[in-house]
Amino acid sequence: MNPYDQSITAEDIENLKKIRNRKYLIIILRLLFAISFLTAWELSTQLGFLDPFFFSQPSGIYSQLVVWIFEGTSQGPLWQELLVTLEETCIGFLIGSVLGILCGVFLGTNKLASDVFSIYIKIANAIPRIVLGSIFIIMFGLGMGSKIALAVVMVFFVVFGNAFQGVIETDKNLIANAYILGASKRQVTYTVILPSAMSWILASLHVSFGFALVGAVVGEFLGSRHGLGLLISTAQGTFNASGVFAAMVVLAFVALGAEYLISQLEKKLLKWRPAQLGVEVY
Amino acid sequence: MKQPVIELINVSRKFVSPVGKTVLALKALSLSIQEGEFCAIVGPTGCGKSTTLGMITGISPPSSGVVKVFNREVKSIDPRIGFVFQTDAVFPWKNVLDNVALGPIYRGVNRQLAKEKALHWINLVGLTGFEYHYPHQLSGGMKKRVALAQTFINDPKILLMDEPFSALDVQTRALMQEELLKLCSENKASVVFVTHDIEEALTLADTVVVLSKGPAIVKRTYQVPFTRPRNVIQARHTPEFIELSRNIWEDLRTEVTI
Repeated sequence: MNPYDQSITAEDIENLKKIRNRKYLIIILRLLFAISFLTAWELSTQLGFLDPFFFSQPSGIYSQLVVWIFEGTSQGPLWQELLVTLEETCIGFLIGSVLGILCGVFLGTNKLASDVFSIYIKIANAIPRIVLGSIFIIMFGLGMGSKIALAVVMVFFVVFGNAFQGVIETDKNLIANAYILGASKRQVTYTVILPSAMSWILASLHVSFGFALVGAVVGEFLGSRHGLGLLISTAQGTFNASGVFAAMVVLAFVALGAEYLISQLEKKLLKWRPAQLGVEVY
Repeated sequence: MKQPVIELINVSRKFVSPVGKTVLALKALSLSIQEGEFCAIVGPTGCGKSTTLGMITGISPPSSGVVKVFNREVKSIDPRIGFVFQTDAVFPWKNVLDNVALGPIYRGVNRQLAKEKALHWINLVGLTGFEYHYPHQLSGGMKKRVALAQTFINDPKILLMDEPFSALDVQTRALMQEELLKLCSENKASVVFVTHDIEEALTLADTVVVLSKGPAIVKRTYQVPFTRPRNVIQARHTPEFIELSRNIWEDLRTEVTI
């Protein structure tokens, strides 16, 4: 049978239907889980099993969000706070990942440099980098600079590590093949090493956007005039558990959105990779 | 009188292991391959067959001795050399067309021209219709065809092959051997073909060189009496073939027993 046969048979339609039904089933089960979790939370606070003062409650978080969205926060409109955090995160993410890729490719293709610096990178990776936030506040002040710097540091090491590993794991045969086919060193870097490391780099971008967000929020936490981190720390200062949770919900949506965008990018760049071969139908 | 295109004169190759021990892969190996000759190298595993090919390309120079290609000592990769690898060395992120066009593009040919040339070679290896497929969508035999087209598009005068068909099943292998002979007869290249398969060596080659176990030296050289063009399948059943194959087996048996 020709696997590239394009004609559609009744069996194909039947199979497609089964695949679609399974998709719906998963969505329904997911929704059911979310609803039952939120209901259990709401009920246990209503019935007094949990103290809403510490644990808040879904309805409280919801009304907090409504207030923030329609009346603004104590620092200004919610979207403006969100924009500040997003800007810090994205700039930090971009700088951090570009630096990480550059350093990773450089050290990955240079044996001596990688042997010399590997020990320092291990040390830098082992210390909790979030502590650097305090230093950045001293260095760059309460503005955006200190948050961006913290996000960069958080992102850099993850992307760097993956880019480095990706470069090292490039198939030696592919490199030899490119040289024999007539490639220059530069051509090998651009047409063999980078594409080969790309799947590693993209995998790290998923994690590192979350890290950039953590860097930005913690930076705001430590001292700032705007941003979601400040919102959280204000809520904490007034014992407003709902405020903390509401800010978390907003952050979760941001992270989900970014994850979606990165997945799209990954799909576009890695379209040469084998897709999942078949879906089991039952 | 034909000129030798590849000459290895007294070459040796040492490796230093992580514990500082020197491992000798080749010791005083001498070998010469004439223009247009198809030479197969057989030998026990780890005897330095692949190392020999690496020295001819210039990727891994010998520790001592001289390697000459077209009468010039090998210093860097000669553009007239083509290499077909044992494992898949096609680029998985490029489709068939881009994979085949890669050689000319690396060598500075205009992209449009390179693609036209690539289409011609894709047609020659019988992959028309698969230009825009990615390697993971192809079978092992088809990937080997891509590798052959990728190599032959550069019009190599010397073709080095490192057990290129060892990962293929028997039927596909026979087909690919026919294909290779066809391409070689058109291209007139000299071929060095490393293999562990004696039948394969006898079917394809003019000369079969048997290496001893490492550190390798040339143990014996056989001239294969079959004329060209050959029928890959039929040649196997002739008495000469069986006789030769038995002799080579005997040579190798004494090398592999410990």
